[in-house]
Amino acid sequence: MSETAIGGIAGRMPKFIRRADPAVLTAFACIVLLLFVGSLYSRSFLSPEYLLQQLKVASFLGIIATGMMLVILLGQIDLSVPWSVAAGAMMACAAAAYGPVGVALAIPFGIFCGMLIGLVNGIGVAYLRIPSMIITLATNAVAQGLMVVYTGGFSPQDSATRAMRYLATGFAIPGVPNAVVIWALIGAAMVFVLTRTGFGRTVYGIGNRERAAYLSGIDTRRVVMIAFAVSGGLSAFGGVLLAGYASKAAQSMGDAYLLPAIAAVVLGGTSILGGRGSYLGTVAGVILITLLQSILSVMQMPEAGRQIIYGVVIVAMLLLYGRAPASR
Amino acid sequence: MRDWRYWLAEQRGTLLAFGIFIMMFIIYTSNHPAGFTANVVQTASNKGVLLAFVAMAQTLVVITAGIDLSVGMIFLLTNCLASWLVIGTGIETAFGVFAVLGTGLLCGAINGAIVIYGRLQPIVATIATGAVYFGIALLLRPFPGGSVNEDLADALTGRLFGVVPASLVVLMAVVLVVWVPFSRSVLGRAAYAAGSSEMAAYMSGVPIRRGKFAAYALAGLLAAIGGLFLTFFTYTGEAAYASGNAYTLFSIAAVVLGGVSLFGGKGSAIGAIFGALAFRTIGDLLFVFDFDPLWQPLFQGVILLIAVSLGAFALFRVRNRLEWFL
Repeated sequence: MSETAIGGIAGRMPKFIRRADPAVLTAFACIVLLLFVGSLYSRSFLSPEYLLQQLKVASFLGIIATGMMLVILLGQIDLSVPWSVAAGAMMACAAAAYGPVGVALAIPFGIFCGMLIGLVNGIGVAYLRIPSMIITLATNAVAQGLMVVYTGGFSPQDSATRAMRYLATGFAIPGVPNAVVIWALIGAAMVFVLTRTGFGRTVYGIGNRERAAYLSGIDTRRVVMIAFAVSGGLSAFGGVLLAGYASKAAQSMGDAYLLPAIAAVVLGGTSILGGRGSYLGTVAGVILITLLQSILSVMQMPEAGRQIIYGVVIVAMLLLYGRAPASR
Repeated sequence: MRDWRYWLAEQRGTLLAFGIFIMMFIIYTSNHPAGFTANVVQTASNKGVLLAFVAMAQTLVVITAGIDLSVGMIFLLTNCLASWLVIGTGIETAFGVFAVLGTGLLCGAINGAIVIYGRLQPIVATIATGAVYFGIALLLRPFPGGSVNEDLADALTGRLFGVVPASLVVLMAVVLVVWVPFSRSVLGRAAYAAGSSEMAAYMSGVPIRRGKFAAYALAGLLAAIGGLFLTFFTYTGEAAYASGNAYTLFSIAAVVLGGVSLFGGKGSAIGAIFGALAFRTIGDLLFVFDFDPLWQPLFQGVILLIAVSLGAFALFRVRNRLEWFL
């Protein structure tokens, strides 16, 4: 679209800027702006240690947002993130209580539980044709119910295994936190899948028009189901890492990740209607959200103010570039 | 001659919800230790009415093929506001009630403006505004507290003539004052038409924007009435995130149980009310049968899952496979 309208200011810009998505550029511009504002507030804001710490915190959200992005690209949404995160964390910690085998299988078991939740979502959306918003809310409620029954309504006493703690807080490469490495690996895999495989092209195709994708001979329902299962698994993996970070699981640990995950994906320029968006944008969105959270907490903004600013920022940015076309 | 058939087809969802509710309520009262007494009915109706108001609010938006994930938060916000304002002399209390209702209407109108004139997707927009409303609620009540005009509260949550629960009377009054005029007005028809087929409605010159806007705004008002009632029951205001989320979730469950189509254009608020009452009664069945309350969230979640899966039966009627994909 924009390439046909070269001219004026856009024509004189370097090629890579002209080709980039305006949403992604806006998100990166906002990151620079936030860094600038933060550096006015505190000298240490631009220090490498602090920025690396932010990147580490961002990687948990980044992993969860990766799954969310896959689902949003399909034109669906996954509202079961809160309890997928908590279930992954709790089940991984619970498995650790069952001897050495349990410890070894803790991480896969946590991810497996998240994938089960995602699988139910996927079957509901793809085969039963239930609106994703509704079925994922329902599975979220069921997962919550299961966890409440399992834990007796309190935060579980089991603690994270050493492997989980190492993945979340250790340093395999000196200076780079493991969590960031994991996010980078998952992100690279996601970019590869989205841009280089048939599955990725299908995801974009379904997001644009599922009917057309189906008529081109693609088993769209299977792709949708797999995407939801992957999203559930990634949410649970994020939960496993969070449990490693805090060294135990907690009841409502996932609540704080639903809105940021959706916001990160959407602020990164992925269309909520599906079919359009790049992983680079999601990365920008995740960093943007994390920096915003960090600045608000450095300013000692109370929870109430944070929620308000959050909501307002998301609505404002969406109004800038996330609007649907007018009906004519 | 065949008018009743059309009426029956139109009201099928509502009648089904009514049937489910009556069945569940009979099971509930017949197993209740106290039996079918005015007290049991009053408690049940007080609990049910809260959800019924929120479910009505959700219905209005769902009819336009949208969704309002901020109803629970508007409910909390108005609860917190009412715990400050609805107190004092008669005039002060009246002013407080109007202020609370006005706030709800404003919240709904903001949602509507963002969704319709801002052209954002209802899901994301209302999640974001819900965060804002929750933030404001938390500002108003960082800790649970406050108070309310207890005379008014007791009058509206008590019984009329010793038998009829006053909250049910208020619910019926709201249906008569808000829902019936709206659903029969041009705006109400426009909301239905927009939910059924926005393009066709637009082409026919139906005022879809105004209709949808009215639906969102009135949804805020109804959620505020719910919030007001919550204050009357609890005498306090509390900004509990989990409670707001639960009400949003249950409102969707009630709407589905009440036969309102999530794809828009079909169903009525009356159905959603029975859906809400049925959902509450099913949730409370656990207590009558002496289950551990720990199982309640799971039980309600499973009911919700079953309720939404029932919609899948429509797939068997689909002749052309392409109709799977909307």
